[in-house]
Amino acid sequence: MGFSRTHSGGPPVSLPVDMSTTLGNAWFPTPIFTASGCASSGKELSQFFALKDVGAIVTKSVMAKPRHGRPTPRMAETPSGMLNSIGLQGPGIDAFLAHDLPWLIEQKARVIVSIAGETIEEYATLARKLRSAAGISAVEVNISCPNVENRGLVFACDPDASRRVIDGVRKTIGGELPIIAKLSPDVTNLAEIAKGVVDAGADSLALINTVLGMVINLDTMKPHLGGKTGGLSGPAIRPIAVRAIYQVHAALPHVPILGMGGVATGRDALELILAGASGISVGTASFGNPTALITIQNELRDLLAARGFVTVQQAIGYAHREEPQ
Amino acid sequence: MSMINKSAVQQVATIFSNKRVGAYHQILIHVGDIVKSCRPGNFAAISVGGDSSRMILRRAFAISRVSENSQYGGTMELIVAPHGSGSKWLCAQAEGSELDIVAPLGTSFGIPTEPINALLVGGGYGSAPLFGLADVLKNRGCKVDMLLGASIGSKIYAPMEGKRSVNSLKIYTEDGSMGEKGRVTESLLEIISNRSIDVIYSCGPMGMLRAITELVAQTEVIHQCAVEEAMACGIGICMTCVLPVRNEDGSTSMLRSCIDGPVMDGSHVQWDLVGRIPEAHQ
Repeated sequence: MGFSRTHSGGPPVSLPVDMSTTLGNAWFPTPIFTASGCASSGKELSQFFALKDVGAIVTKSVMAKPRHGRPTPRMAETPSGMLNSIGLQGPGIDAFLAHDLPWLIEQKARVIVSIAGETIEEYATLARKLRSAAGISAVEVNISCPNVENRGLVFACDPDASRRVIDGVRKTIGGELPIIAKLSPDVTNLAEIAKGVVDAGADSLALINTVLGMVINLDTMKPHLGGKTGGLSGPAIRPIAVRAIYQVHAALPHVPILGMGGVATGRDALELILAGASGISVGTASFGNPTALITIQNELRDLLAARGFVTVQQAIGYAHREEPQ
Repeated sequence: MSMINKSAVQQVATIFSNKRVGAYHQILIHVGDIVKSCRPGNFAAISVGGDSSRMILRRAFAISRVSENSQYGGTMELIVAPHGSGSKWLCAQAEGSELDIVAPLGTSFGIPTEPINALLVGGGYGSAPLFGLADVLKNRGCKVDMLLGASIGSKIYAPMEGKRSVNSLKIYTEDGSMGEKGRVTESLLEIISNRSIDVIYSCGPMGMLRAITELVAQTEVIHQCAVEEAMACGIGICMTCVLPVRNEDGSTSMLRSCIDGPVMDGSHVQWDLVGRIPEAHQ
């Protein structure tokens, strides 16, 4: 297909763009989502825009029990980015299902629930609880957590543990809700881990989680964050996200990717889509700009139209295609 | 769990004036009608560094006061210490510059319905929101005394017009370069009993807020303090600015100082747990 910028040398044509996208069997009206851990459960951002106007709300990763998280300081700003070390503070799955989920459904938002566990069994338990809840579009399985049963080694950095987590979730809700496995970029062979979780039953992949980093405070001359290390996010990591999405899409072209990592403008969202993302999560950009999702969505629509794309689908993975002769 | 300030909006606002006052900058911003919903204790979150900034996070500033003028409309005053790269950028902005601002955010100081004896305690530029609060308390018929402290005299923020809204003002500096040598907590208990203080309103460094809480623990005095924690978003979504706060049932919750604060009841804050992990939920 040809994506000519103009027709017969005339002015740029802007046809209405079909922004809809899918992850597994879940449909979304636009490809712009919140990122888990960067929107809480949506209530605060709803002060600034209607949650139903974006593709989906990906809720903060929830665990089986309520959790305090890590000590402060939990944050350090870095050039074009920030480190965070929250430690999955949250209300626990029961309170989430009783309060947060019904509220989101009332707002007519599409909801992707992100779950996190310390054991393979905890993930399966969480999936079981979600199975009985109505109104969820998909489940994001955040496997960037320390595995307490294996010396705290992060699941996502261990191909075997990653597969076993997804296998446990698939046995519980496979075929009912799309399973999105969220992967860490802090691995040697991302495509291999991606293939492993897809073989185990993941319908989709979320790329990338934050990149592990550290800041040392020059006053105390010790690590600044209470948790010592933290996850780097923001525009500083965007090229890593583009690379990761490109590599995984090349290896698994039929597996839809929820792309994220430093997206702050429509231009950034389009870049990740061209690399192979079917949907885009916007995280840290919302901290600096509560209406970032709406701005990015509008900019993306215009950028797609200006390039002659009439659907988002046509642009997904475009960077991989051979030039038409 | 509390909700985001219902009046919070994001808007582009213009700097009306930017003056240096001692170690600080007094920045007046045209914000229009939102002044109607700003209360003493609320804060504003401002983007810094311009469009191509490498500083991606907003900076939070206490709103020191707001006013409405038939000629200029609603203006908001901030007192900014040019310490970090974000606040230095803001202090360098000229009159007429545009700012991306989200306000009003957070909780506000509780205003009594009865006339009471109030003691306002400020540390450094933490005194800024106390002058707006003093106006409101005076209008309610309260007696308002104020204590200000800082390391050195140039870090005391006490504008002339502000001094008029308090019944008394006492200044302490650690080097003795202005007022009395020492800290605001020096004769706090004596002042409380001599002046029959009912409520202390405080704003300043966390160490000062903690010291006041501990001093008044054995008294009947209510202590409302505006806390200061590093925030990434200011709107309750990043979970970085949490403080351990005691619940009614004795358990501890990590509450967001941007939504459940900045104004909190000092006796509820678990000061000894700040920077630590509370015991696991039972």
